[in-house]
Amino acid sequence: MTQRKRLSNVQSSSQSKRQSNSFMTQEEDEDATFTQPSTSQVQRGLEKLTPAQVDQKTAEVVQYILVKDQKKIPVRRADLVKHVVKDYRTVYPEIIKRAMRTFEQVFGLKLVEIDSKNHMYVLVNNLDASTARPSPVERPSNPKMGLLFVILSVIFMKGGVVRENLIWNTLKKLRVDPGQRHEEFGDVRKVITDEFVRQRYLEYVRIPHTEPVEYEFRWGQRSDMEVSKAQILEFMGQLHEQDPRSWTQQYREVHSAAAASSSQASSSSNHR
Amino acid sequence: MSRLLGDGHRRFLQTLMAVGITDEQEARALYQHCCDTHKMQCIPDKLDEFIEAINSRLQPMFMQIRKGMSEENGHQYYLDLIVSSENGSASSTDILNSTDTMTSKKLKKSETEHLLTRLVQDKWLCERRGEYTLSTRCIIEMEPYIRTMYQDQVKVCHICHNIAFQCQICENPSCGIKIHNPCVARYFKGRVEPRCPACDDFWPHEIPDRAHMTSPSSQQGSMNRTASTGITSSPTRRSEAARDSTRVLVGVCSCRK
Repeated sequence: MTQRKRLSNVQSSSQSKRQSNSFMTQEEDEDATFTQPSTSQVQRGLEKLTPAQVDQKTAEVVQYILVKDQKKIPVRRADLVKHVVKDYRTVYPEIIKRAMRTFEQVFGLKLVEIDSKNHMYVLVNNLDASTARPSPVERPSNPKMGLLFVILSVIFMKGGVVRENLIWNTLKKLRVDPGQRHEEFGDVRKVITDEFVRQRYLEYVRIPHTEPVEYEFRWGQRSDMEVSKAQILEFMGQLHEQDPRSWTQQYREVHSAAAASSSQASSSSNHR
Repeated sequence: MSRLLGDGHRRFLQTLMAVGITDEQEARALYQHCCDTHKMQCIPDKLDEFIEAINSRLQPMFMQIRKGMSEENGHQYYLDLIVSSENGSASSTDILNSTDTMTSKKLKKSETEHLLTRLVQDKWLCERRGEYTLSTRCIIEMEPYIRTMYQDQVKVCHICHNIAFQCQICENPSCGIKIHNPCVARYFKGRVEPRCPACDDFWPHEIPDRAHMTSPSSQQGSMNRTASTGITSSPTRRSEAARDSTRVLVGVCSCRK
């Protein structure tokens, strides 16, 4: 199938279930060889393959994503197609669908497309965190998460966005100086502005019209999904020996978020 | 046969994948915790079935939770996946010196030291007084590979037929069978005059104290060994002794065909 033919098929056929990506832009250079196949194309593709073949390919995708996600850097669809899916690209939507189902049913993880433009996926824990109690087997913890938690707390309590200086000053008070090499974290500035950003835990965005250039921090998409705002507020309450409700704005945000996610949780459980 | 999993299974699997390896007690405690957290029924003796259910769903992805035995104290460990290393027991000096002969990738001494520390941290190697040995996790995970690649050199325990790195050897030059320390403890327990099971010569080595090895539980040891490229011993060849003493641990490992 030539590139041109595939394009015309996509345009003429019925609307594909996912975000259509029929026009190739400059940015999608590396994604250039892949356009989302239509549902009818997928059907036809599936007919040519045995169930075992599709299952095998799904298994490979699952393994690939599991390994890639260890670094917490989003998995690019382009890489997935190039390195794993390869000739099965016509049935890509079906494979991804099955992979998502496997992640949910076997691992209790959710494969989420965090960037529908550049097509990137992350794995998020799907298990109900609110019921979690201390486990007899402690998972090894990453000290960088402590650092992240402090930053996320500050951002949240300040309404969702803070100028970078506030973060640097807060950390300095905690004896973590971004200007110096830290014993545990190494290059602190790099970890926060580069690593955490690539992992989608934070957003580090330039504030326009600032001279010298200044940046601001926000929560990243992964944080939105993985970190419980309720927990942060709880922690703040303990730290300052105050009732979490005394921060009315944040409390409201937590409880509207909780309402939204619980309805999400119940709908996902129906699909099991 | 694919089984339906609950959140309890999933939490168990997630924890195991994060931690890599646990011993039997931890596995049981974790099983209980996962079931309680997700309000699933937890029958104490059904840990194996619980794990089997998870394994049935992991199988299509060439992954599995496996158990094995520690050479050091006879605990059976379940364990987890990834990379490898070489040699039964090597001193740190030997290891550092051997990097000089590596041709494919040059490693500086400091990098080697760092790597060794990490491997110990991640439980692939054990270090004691400057000597490095393969961890239980490593041996179990790599057994098929080791058996194939080191066919001529690999030592096998005469009692349980698993790979033996840390073991006692019969002094009789025409015999030379090997037995794991914990297997020695079990086999020679209570015997006044220990004799080699193969050649009947006097067994000259110190018989480890059984109390320091695991006491046998009533649980059956089922080694879920799928897909090996090497020779794997079938359960029927194992001695009764080995089957009796089985404490189990859980991990997730790759079992690609």
